[in-house]
Amino acid sequence: MFVHDTLLTRLKRGCETMSWPAGPAPALPDRHGGALRVESKNCQAGCAACLEVCPTEAITRLPDQPVALDLGRCLFCAECVKVCPSGTISQTGDHRLAVRDREDLRLGRPGREELRLAAALDEKLRRLFGRSLKLRQVSAGGCNACEADTNVLATIGWDLGRFGIQFVASPRHADGLLITGPVSKNMELALRKTYAAVPEPKIVIAVGTCAISGAPFAGSPEVLNGASSVVPVDLHIPGCPPHPLSILDGLLRLLGRLEEPGR
Amino acid sequence: MNQANPFALLTNGSALPWSDVPEWPLADFLRHVSAALQRGERLSSFFGVPEDHAARLVAVVALDAGNTLAVARTQPFSGSFPALTPSHPQAHLFEREIWEQHGLVPEPHPWLKPVRKDHGAGPAVGGFFRVEGPEVHEVAVGPVHAGIIEPGHFRFQCAGEEVLHLEIALGYQHRGIEEALAGGPHRRTVYQMETVAGDTTIAHATAYASALEALAGTEAPLRAQWLRAIALELERLANHTGDLGALAGDVAFLPTASACGKIRGDFLNLTALLCGNRFGRGLVRPGGCRHQVEAERLGRLRERLETALAEVQQAALWLWDAASVRARFERTGPVDPNQAAEIGLVGPAARACGLLRDVRFDHPAGWFRFAQVPVSVWPDGDVFARARVRWLEIQRSGEFLREQLEAAPEGGMLSDLGSLAPDTLAVALVEGWRGEVCHVALTGANGRLRRYKITDPSFHNWTGLALALRGQAISDFPLCNKSFNLSYCGFDL
Repeated sequence: MFVHDTLLTRLKRGCETMSWPAGPAPALPDRHGGALRVESKNCQAGCAACLEVCPTEAITRLPDQPVALDLGRCLFCAECVKVCPSGTISQTGDHRLAVRDREDLRLGRPGREELRLAAALDEKLRRLFGRSLKLRQVSAGGCNACEADTNVLATIGWDLGRFGIQFVASPRHADGLLITGPVSKNMELALRKTYAAVPEPKIVIAVGTCAISGAPFAGSPEVLNGASSVVPVDLHIPGCPPHPLSILDGLLRLLGRLEEPGR
Repeated sequence: MNQANPFALLTNGSALPWSDVPEWPLADFLRHVSAALQRGERLSSFFGVPEDHAARLVAVVALDAGNTLAVARTQPFSGSFPALTPSHPQAHLFEREIWEQHGLVPEPHPWLKPVRKDHGAGPAVGGFFRVEGPEVHEVAVGPVHAGIIEPGHFRFQCAGEEVLHLEIALGYQHRGIEEALAGGPHRRTVYQMETVAGDTTIAHATAYASALEALAGTEAPLRAQWLRAIALELERLANHTGDLGALAGDVAFLPTASACGKIRGDFLNLTALLCGNRFGRGLVRPGGCRHQVEAERLGRLRERLETALAEVQQAALWLWDAASVRARFERTGPVDPNQAAEIGLVGPAARACGLLRDVRFDHPAGWFRFAQVPVSVWPDGDVFARARVRWLEIQRSGEFLREQLEAAPEGGMLSDLGSLAPDTLAVALVEGWRGEVCHVALTGANGRLRRYKITDPSFHNWTGLALALRGQAISDFPLCNKSFNLSYCGFDL
């Protein structure tokens, strides 16, 4: 009975995989807000409203300078957006959040109003990984949200496999690591060993703000404040957790598989 | 002190002055706790509170039938204490934790080893229970697992394919959450509460908010209590749906596996409709909720909920229809109901052993005081029962949401929390999708948090998984593991 049922339902539903990146990207939830933008020329002297509400000290302000926002520490709670009287910090609704260089997540300086999107791997690595990238995922103190929204990429809606990207069971079979969590001290050794077990050349992707800076656990004596304290990181995707669309965008951007120009 | 009542009684989500918690000499305290457990009551939380160079023990016993919580404490002491574990196995991990956190030694404890602490090279380095014999071999799995899963270490003692004993060593995810709370609440505390177990954001954030509201003597607006209940059931729907899919995947039944993978995301997107975040980050705050829900948004929520519920209905029907699924689920990984009660199982894992326990029913707080969800039980204690209870709960949560989305109270969402009462203890329980989430908060003389104890349902339930594996084929471990789907970080804190 169920065979007949199953086939019929499947036929009726058709292909459930999204058309993106060939077609339009699925919309983010309207309250998501996407990436943040810092228009420092609007920043009022003497105002500290955003600094007082930011839970992770992602916003800093040197004397006589406008604010600086580090998206690598940001949980995207948007409390700063709510309290900013001058519209200096605003939401862009943009799902694209991945950067290659940790510095590119620091906003505020002229020309750095928004983050600088990740460039593709160099030609040699792209030839190796561009059409087949096998990743080993390591959760190192992750809360299972970044893990879940990475896992979801393998479901029929996202179908990660169509890009030749796959999560594999052994680091020996992998081209790189995708790390989540602030890197708990108790996971340091396991993370080092897993990294060492991946054959060269290899890449590392840090997914989620925890994996970039440890926030909201940064400074806890039990965590190491992010993946880069243990291994070199090639791609940073901030968020708490980043939307699956942001994660997939980052992976495809790294592989040079997105047609649109970068920023 | 009233000898007839060794405990102070309070209801879920309330507070009482620390001085009103009966203080007993150690022997009397243990006698009273032991007597309560002997009567079939349940240890919700059991922990130490540091005091100068010593510590007190505090027990929170859930009197499920009486819908109340019983709290008692010892006088401060140091050194050792007579262990409850030999007569009450549900105290097993609590006593190990007390030893690890405060240096108080439970004696005699049958298996006294650290719960989360590193031994220098990871929590799995240390002694494990070993079975000796010519045919016996040992299998070590983890901390890094094959899929996208949190880390933990499993040590199997096997005779051929058969598992004689499984020992689970956790602690890899330890982030020091309880320690970070001392002197709080801090600005980042609520964000840490939302990530105690990231797939249980609403339940943990609600427990935290309720505990703080009890300490401050504030009540969240009714509409916020309503929204928390809506979000809690959406969280349950998403996770239960994901679990049914994962269970189907583990027995190679792909139609349900792939359908549920997608529908789980549809439920997460409903939470995102409320607050922008698929896991409910930023929704629950002490004092209420951070987002209003307009009529138009409510309409969209209702509409998309119906679609997702119809789809999960279809996907589940395939699953229950398939003889091949039944054959793999039935009699796999059974937990004996008596053992389940002894080790203090909670949540769907307990209800799948026929145990009638559900915080929403036994200790109703917030919106659940007005709207009830029937308790879903199934008798057999095996993988089938755990899957079946999830399905029953998906249906009940769906019905609950259908009714309650029509019954939204009017009003604001957030009231001012105010300051916390000094020297006060509050207890908040929430039925998360894995079971009972218990938060106990204690303030000091300055009105700041002095001790904060979190008990995730996984703390009670990992032992259940170990028992379920006894006598099973080791190849059924993934299936049994998914049927519990416990939290590593919720345990490790």
